[in-house]
Amino acid sequence: MEQHIAVQMQNITKTFGQVLANHNVSIDIRKGEILSLLGENGSGKTTLMNMLSGIYYPDAGKIFVNGEPAVIRSPGDAFAYGIGMIHQHFKLVDVFTAVENVVLGLRGRDANLKLATKKICEICEKYGFEIDPGQKVYNMSVSQKQTLEIIKVLYRGADILILDEPTAVLTPQETERLFHVIRNMKKAGKAIVIITHKLHEVLSVSDRVAILRRGEYVDTVETKDANVQSLTEMMVGKRVVLDIERPAAAHTERRIEVKNLTVVRSDGVQLLDRVSFTANSGEILGIAGISGCGQKELLESIAGLQKVSSETSILYSAPKADAPVELVGKDPKAIRDMGITLSFVPEDRLGMGLVGSMGMTDNMMLKNYRQGRTPFMERKEPRALAEKIKEDLEVATPGINIPVRRLSGGNVQKVLVGREIAAAPTVLMTAYAVRGLDIHTSYTIYHLLNEQKQAGVAVIYVGEDLDVLLELCDRILILCSGRVSGIVDGRTATKEEVGMLMTHLQKGDGSDAV
Amino acid sequence: MLTSILSLIQAAVVFGTVIMLGCIGEILSEKSGSLNLGVPGIMYIGAIAALVGVFFYEGAAENPSPYLCILIALGCGFGAAFAAGLLFSFLTITLRVNQNVTGLTLTIFGSGVANFFGGSLNKLAGGVGQISVSATSDAFRTKIPELSDIPIVGPLLFQYGFMVYFAVIAAILLQFFLTKTSAGLNLRAVGESPDAADAAGIHVIRYKYLATCIGAGITGLGGVYYVMDYIKGTWANDGSIEKLGWLAVALVIFTTWKPKNSIWGAYVFGLLYWAYYYIPGLTRSSQEIFKMLPYIVTIIVLIVVSFRNKKENLGPAHLGRSYFREER
Repeated sequence: MEQHIAVQMQNITKTFGQVLANHNVSIDIRKGEILSLLGENGSGKTTLMNMLSGIYYPDAGKIFVNGEPAVIRSPGDAFAYGIGMIHQHFKLVDVFTAVENVVLGLRGRDANLKLATKKICEICEKYGFEIDPGQKVYNMSVSQKQTLEIIKVLYRGADILILDEPTAVLTPQETERLFHVIRNMKKAGKAIVIITHKLHEVLSVSDRVAILRRGEYVDTVETKDANVQSLTEMMVGKRVVLDIERPAAAHTERRIEVKNLTVVRSDGVQLLDRVSFTANSGEILGIAGISGCGQKELLESIAGLQKVSSETSILYSAPKADAPVELVGKDPKAIRDMGITLSFVPEDRLGMGLVGSMGMTDNMMLKNYRQGRTPFMERKEPRALAEKIKEDLEVATPGINIPVRRLSGGNVQKVLVGREIAAAPTVLMTAYAVRGLDIHTSYTIYHLLNEQKQAGVAVIYVGEDLDVLLELCDRILILCSGRVSGIVDGRTATKEEVGMLMTHLQKGDGSDAV
Repeated sequence: MLTSILSLIQAAVVFGTVIMLGCIGEILSEKSGSLNLGVPGIMYIGAIAALVGVFFYEGAAENPSPYLCILIALGCGFGAAFAAGLLFSFLTITLRVNQNVTGLTLTIFGSGVANFFGGSLNKLAGGVGQISVSATSDAFRTKIPELSDIPIVGPLLFQYGFMVYFAVIAAILLQFFLTKTSAGLNLRAVGESPDAADAAGIHVIRYKYLATCIGAGITGLGGVYYVMDYIKGTWANDGSIEKLGWLAVALVIFTTWKPKNSIWGAYVFGLLYWAYYYIPGLTRSSQEIFKMLPYIVTIIVLIVVSFRNKKENLGPAHLGRSYFREER
């Protein structure tokens, strides 16, 4: 065995009940190298790495660390082998300070808070982190939490670092800073595995790419020999067209007119300030902005979930109706009772969108249980709908009655979007519809949105990837600190222009934007 | 006037010691994420086990040694309560049964077992039909010599049995353990976020078992103190242990899960509980209103805590839920 191989996983198999998460997977992780683990949602990337970090124990297969056979039964064992994993859902204790989180589970001198604080500062200096060791985790931003996770692993002297979708919640600047750190660690001779499905990140940061498809190992390629197209094909297993179409907006008529939308939080912070715009049928209106600029409140105001101030007016014009109707002051049920179908795909899929512990069928029923005529539930129609969505959108689930919580992120989103579209809405609002989704599923979602647009639906798309917004949307509204800083044409605007508007308000804007 | 205030305080301290022990045991358990609602049952079990132990010892020994009496009472009480905690742990941690249901069941079970054996003991004791372990009770109620004779300060601080001071020391030690030691930090992490603790290499299951069982043992000592000091080595099937057990659970919330607060909190509960006895002109029915005071105060504290909305003052985040590493 060559000395520079840090970890070897051989013929690893892991099943959960009847679900085969990994089947005969073999990969090598080398020292001083960044390996990308690439695959669609649910292809078993995280499961595979969890077996290295001691969260799961493989059903079959062997693991070698530095050439020696290794048995990793718990995260404690993994640390002993120098393996540290930064999980996608941070494993931090909210009410503890940074340093308390770092020393968790350690003994003796390592657990001394004063010494640890000093050592943390040294680590920060070495790799260029910024963190306040005395800060409580619940006061930290996402990127600070992630930094803390990395420090935690480095503090324990890990030589093999696994990062599970580290960039999913980071801004582009934060991502760049993270990659800088990862490259530094690589120079220091550490072996690094990064799980992601953002292809351009794979290409920019990694040395080699290992690809998994449906729990099986496909291939490992040198990053320099790969490109977006080739990687996608290996991931999906067939040729995929990676262009987002943008059919011309046709038959546009005013559907929703928002005037002076103002939302003030209970503690007096103004989340939205006199936002005005229109959303038309047959077009996709993109909403861009730094995360937390009022996007969520904007959509929830239209959906009737948000309390708005008295100057606000949200007018809805039904197709072929004479006079628009006012939506302000109506809750979602009142809006539905007026015969208006607004569909809303919220950011928090399993919190607001679906009930995690219920199957697809029951989740379908959430939307239409009121149509029942008897006190007994009528499962026939929702079951048919669930079957149809499973078929049409290729939802990977062992059965439509499996709790949706157990599906992977992409499949959960397909279920939610499928249900919302099935209601035949006139307005479709989506918040971060492709967040955490792999490239194949993302394109499926874009395609669905385009279909809705062509069917005459007014689509509102809140997104974070500017490239996609510019390719997909007809018009883009840019929010900056709760105000409209501009509305641009998606066909002519540039990334720089939108990026500028996201961070700067133009003079006089916010009150009279069209 | 002075004597009645002094006797109110003394009653409050004795009462407070029972629930203080129940409370710190439960805090230890809850810090590991185990919401053990079996506190009253565990106190019952601790109480009856101690009583049975010393009853047979006093019956067998010609001249019972007070030290051995204390040792047997504490040993039996702690051991039996520990075993009850072990049962709770096995059900909720290993088999992952719902903690609320298990705890409530344990309460009913404990009170049933204790009252059954308590009744049998009364019968065994024969005679007047009331068992009394006077030697042990006297040992538990031995006051500190000389210091207790000082006027005012003596009755206020030194006229109690050793368990009163033991409870205060235990609360201070637990506070120190939780906030200053790394094992305490690990334990709190287990209760807050077992997956974070697990990922950090902490043996979550071991911590949960130990904290829950030792916590139950300490809670059981509250029951021991109750029979040996509070009701002076007798047994009464009147359900008052259960009442005190629930007050101990309420006290956990009142202290916002900080053992140091249980020291004064328990005495405040005692004062509130006995206040009716010292307020002149109360009838049997209007007394009952005053007996509600500790519970009302707990509700007010809950409301105040929720207003302040400080995460540290709320219970452990993972309280009442079971943990399974491979859960998806």
